[in-house]
Amino acid sequence: MALHDLTVAELAARLASKEVSAVEAAKHFLARAKVHESLGAYLATDEDVTLSQARAADERIASGDKAALLGVPMAHKDIFVTRDFPSTAGSKMLEGYRSPFDATVVGKLAAAGVVTLGKLNCDEFAMGSSNENSAFHPVKNPWDTSRIPGGSSGGSAVAVAARLAPATTGTDTGGSIRQPASFCGITGIKPTYGRASRYGMIAFASSLDQAGPMARTAEDCALLLSAMCGPDPDRDSTSLDVPAEDFTASLGASIEGLRIGVPTEFFGEGLSRDVRSAIDAALAEYVKLGAKLVEVSLPRTELAIPVYYIIAPAEASSNLSRFDGVKFGHRAKQYGDLLDMYKKTRAEGFGDEVKRRIMIGTYVLSHGYYDAYYLQAQKIRRMIADDFQQAFRQCDVIAGPVAPTVAWKLGEHGNDPLADYLADIFTLPGSLAGLPGMSIPCGFGAGRMPVGLQLLGNYFAEGRLLNAAHRFQQATDFHLRKPEGY
Amino acid sequence: MALTPQDIARIANLARLELNPSESERMLTQINGFFDIVEKMRAVDTSGVEPLSHPVAAIQDVALRLREDVASEPDNREANQRSAPAVERGLFLVPKVIE
Repeated sequence: MALHDLTVAELAARLASKEVSAVEAAKHFLARAKVHESLGAYLATDEDVTLSQARAADERIASGDKAALLGVPMAHKDIFVTRDFPSTAGSKMLEGYRSPFDATVVGKLAAAGVVTLGKLNCDEFAMGSSNENSAFHPVKNPWDTSRIPGGSSGGSAVAVAARLAPATTGTDTGGSIRQPASFCGITGIKPTYGRASRYGMIAFASSLDQAGPMARTAEDCALLLSAMCGPDPDRDSTSLDVPAEDFTASLGASIEGLRIGVPTEFFGEGLSRDVRSAIDAALAEYVKLGAKLVEVSLPRTELAIPVYYIIAPAEASSNLSRFDGVKFGHRAKQYGDLLDMYKKTRAEGFGDEVKRRIMIGTYVLSHGYYDAYYLQAQKIRRMIADDFQQAFRQCDVIAGPVAPTVAWKLGEHGNDPLADYLADIFTLPGSLAGLPGMSIPCGFGAGRMPVGLQLLGNYFAEGRLLNAAHRFQQATDFHLRKPEGY
Repeated sequence: MALTPQDIARIANLARLELNPSESERMLTQINGFFDIVEKMRAVDTSGVEPLSHPVAAIQDVALRLREDVASEPDNREANQRSAPAVERGLFLVPKVIE
């Protein structure tokens, strides 16, 4: 089997037994990244840096080090800051920016032995559902290069789907791991809010942003998530005091009797027929595996759209106020006074969608509107979280579609940002509630495009989610399919 | 309640964004389109509901912690200023603020 068709678990075993060296693995994937450059997945690679990390990993292997991911190459979404590669968040504002430190998640993976292949394209500041909001170039879906890969972690999903990296990191604020994973036919998980440190993740919406792995299998996600999570008390005030866990421990457990909640609201008119039939088939497969389907209700599903698109822009407008042309990033060439410098710098450095969200956020936080919009949204947010608790009284996990359709065509949503917002309907409720969520490949829809099944768990139930996903993958082969030519 | 071009100008100023006339116009249409879907949210009865900021607070108390007020970071000024647009003798340069 070609090196790029191995899972992380398989590759790690071959690295540990010295069948393959970290340098060979890194070179192999860098070469593939170059061959398939036209997909637009990578924003930065640096062979010298990668190979020196790979040589260091080979030395650790030779000295008997048994770190779980020793020598495994990975690439990071360009939302994570890295000392050795530029960190841009997909924005002109940070073009060429070099961080003086590594994000906690990047550091934890490096400690576990990961070799960094480079940085991956994404929607600007992770704001988007199609990756078309990258300030540099769009990313193409390898299943059909006329289609979007999803977003905002589009580069991360494509790198895995096209075998340009065995696994990648992503971030999920309103669905940015789950939706591109679904559109590209790969597996991705976002943990409970507060499990993974946000330190060094360029902030979009602080009460929603979470890091997670994207890979081919649930087993790989379990391996990687185990290395990524854990408290970061001195650097992230929202990080929870919940110890890191070995999520691989319960992968193989039986799912006999597992109660799967199926929310009625996820199967309404908005769900396209092709996606629905793939989801129905996946649920039937779970029944064959011994699980029981339970109808549940998440009555405020539709409200999640306005609630999210108030809260996230509000937090974004605050977070992005740091980009003022003073301490880092872009500064306008010509300006009058200080105020003019701020305004011109931000006008030049930010793209359309980012400006839109800053405007919405500034408005809903402004005097006289805060209670009506931001506070009201935060109250409904609690009601949405309570709805989930109600549902979890009747079930162990919740399953449904990730998105109403398969990946759409590049440019299809044109100048209509609302079309993108509405397509986020099934991922937003779980994000607002801060619950762990996954997407696993479960079939194909229109245009032979992949469809993902969304699994949502209760707080801290990542192990159970990964177990349910793994058992599904033991019984099906959707996660093994790959786009032609890769 | 629709926003006016004056609202857009006011918000852009608060957000420190310079918008050209065509951008302002587009922004007005798009933001008003967005606030149409927000209306549904405003109609929800939320009396007696506490706002949720840390989502896990839905099931348990989450206290945002404070660390000891002691210097924990080494002096990294040079590295931290490496990406600054204009620096002189360790200071960030900005246009003159006080005449």
